[in-house]
Amino acid sequence: MTALGKLDSANLNGGQKLAVKYFTVAIALFGAQVLFGLLAGLQYLNPEFLFGILDFSVNRMVHINAMVVWLLFGFLGSVYWLLEDESGVPVVGLKLGNLSFWVLTLAVVVVVLVYLLVQVGAGTHASIWLINEGREYIEAPRWADIGIVVCVLVFFYNAAATFTKGRYTGIGGVLVLDLIALAGIYLAGMYYTPNISMDQHWWWWVIHLWVEATWEVLVGCLMAYGLIKTLGVRRKIVETWLYIEVALMFGSGILGLGHHYFWIGTPEYWFTIGGFFSALEPIPLVAMVVHAVFDAGHHKLKSTNNPALAWIIAQAFGNFFGAGVWGFMHTLPQINLYTHGTQWTASHGHFAFFGAYVTMVIAYFYLAIQRWRGGVYMSGNVIGAWKWKWAIALLHIGMIMMTMALLISGYEQSQIERAIEGSSWVGYFTAQAHPWFVQGMQWRQIGGWIFAIGFVLLVWDLLTIGKRETRPAQVPTAE
Amino acid sequence: MSQDIWWASESFWRKNAIWITAGSFIVLIFLTFDTVTQITAGGKRVPAYSTINHRISYEFDEKRNFQVPVIGVEEPLFGKKLTEQEAEALVSHGKLTTQAKNCMNCHTLLGNGAYYAPDLTKTWLDPSWGSKDVREQQMVEFLMNPQDRLHNGLGRRMPNLGITEPEARATVAFLKWMSSIDTNGFPANFKPIDQEN
Repeated sequence: MTALGKLDSANLNGGQKLAVKYFTVAIALFGAQVLFGLLAGLQYLNPEFLFGILDFSVNRMVHINAMVVWLLFGFLGSVYWLLEDESGVPVVGLKLGNLSFWVLTLAVVVVVLVYLLVQVGAGTHASIWLINEGREYIEAPRWADIGIVVCVLVFFYNAAATFTKGRYTGIGGVLVLDLIALAGIYLAGMYYTPNISMDQHWWWWVIHLWVEATWEVLVGCLMAYGLIKTLGVRRKIVETWLYIEVALMFGSGILGLGHHYFWIGTPEYWFTIGGFFSALEPIPLVAMVVHAVFDAGHHKLKSTNNPALAWIIAQAFGNFFGAGVWGFMHTLPQINLYTHGTQWTASHGHFAFFGAYVTMVIAYFYLAIQRWRGGVYMSGNVIGAWKWKWAIALLHIGMIMMTMALLISGYEQSQIERAIEGSSWVGYFTAQAHPWFVQGMQWRQIGGWIFAIGFVLLVWDLLTIGKRETRPAQVPTAE
Repeated sequence: MSQDIWWASESFWRKNAIWITAGSFIVLIFLTFDTVTQITAGGKRVPAYSTINHRISYEFDEKRNFQVPVIGVEEPLFGKKLTEQEAEALVSHGKLTTQAKNCMNCHTLLGNGAYYAPDLTKTWLDPSWGSKDVREQQMVEFLMNPQDRLHNGLGRRMPNLGITEPEARATVAFLKWMSSIDTNGFPANFKPIDQEN
């Protein structure tokens, strides 16, 4: 065995070796997301910036697509990370898993290059098959959709077959059922229709049922495993909480889909169903906060991996505020009529994706680097602890600043563009030119730069944390 | 936590998770069948594509207490009346163009998309096009050469996306048709272009 603190893949099991590959690509794409977000933000302040070279539509598309894909890579990596440990057997079909990792990565590179270099096509089916499908979040051309589905199916097979061969824990069972839904739902977005109402109806099946249902359950599983690893919480407790979370998340999130069906041509009964069930969506997120904070307190915050635990706790709160509170604020149709399609949504989107998903994937990056360095000490006073602390602080300060700034712009837009001017073009531009809006965009950009510094620090920390440690990881305290 | 309390037990919540998920999903499937039927083009909420042969307005409905699209007198787009098949082909070409040109990453359509440029849900009815007599031509010319036209005081411009004339005409057809969709009063308080003769 190599010395503690030295990166050595011999410290990892088969699934974990694959996981760190996914994590590496995830971090690179996270960087791309931040970069293109900064470019798009700058264009609000100076519309001539990169005009005709990298237009806002291109930057914004890469910004949101990089996010979807890096989080997906993070999730796939996280599941491969825990798979052998949870199931008790080596990953079935690891070679296939490796192959699909390279195929998926290559596909992502090609898609991004086409986004940047080709950008748009003629109004033909060939364009949406080869260049860009032009549907927010799932812009990837159809050929890539098929590739994604195949790779996710390989991943699903690996997870299901490994748990079946080994043992199904509660976490494993929930995970496998969730992955069936996650893969199946993606198919709903893979067809063309001239009918925009029908298009958006099914498009929301993918976006909502991923982000507000299956992804939430997936991070619930990741949190459960993370709490066992960092704090040594008893399995019975985390798995009972996991079932509670699943019941509440799917119980509210599946029919909560209706809050996207207020204004796209869909029937009026969605006002009641969508409003009611989506208003319940924060409840499971409260449960997750209670669960994580209770466990952390019960174990007196003594963890085997302080940065990972900090990010798990950040997830509990970020998910509750970003997805829960910020979502609830404008989910009822009476308010949504004025906020739908304004910077309110951008405010909620930023905070929710960060709070619910980015945090959890970063927690797994820290779990991974600890094991990769041979189970090195990463509790209190780990050498160079200032880096992870400043990284988490700057990322949060930057994100909250962006969220608040966008929210203020969103308020102004709802009032002036929507309520007073009635969403005409003149109303739109009047609102965009208002100082309250412009100031919001300026503060958002400052928040973006702070976030970017936090990102650089995070990467630096992940490359160095534990490197000079010689102490072994702390053992979790017993119940 | 006592392990004997039934409402805090693992098995109780596992069963709950399964039944609640299955129940919600079944309700969603039923509602989806109904919704899909109601939003198929040609119905009351989402009119047939040949609606582009008619005047479309957006008027306050006393009973529903919000504005709704009203399909009025015959007023064919570009002065040419189309059959249902021709209209569908034209609208579809327009929709494909909006996808291939990535409109949704600056604009919103039915309120969904990005927020760098105005919502397009009722853009066919927007007073900015001047008068209804010049609207169609204005829209086509704008789509083909938007980069040279000052359209706001912010200096924000739409880039030239290489939209051809047939694509521009098809996009206008798609936008006209989209304005006929019953969106439950979204956007509210919209003041449409004057279309009376």
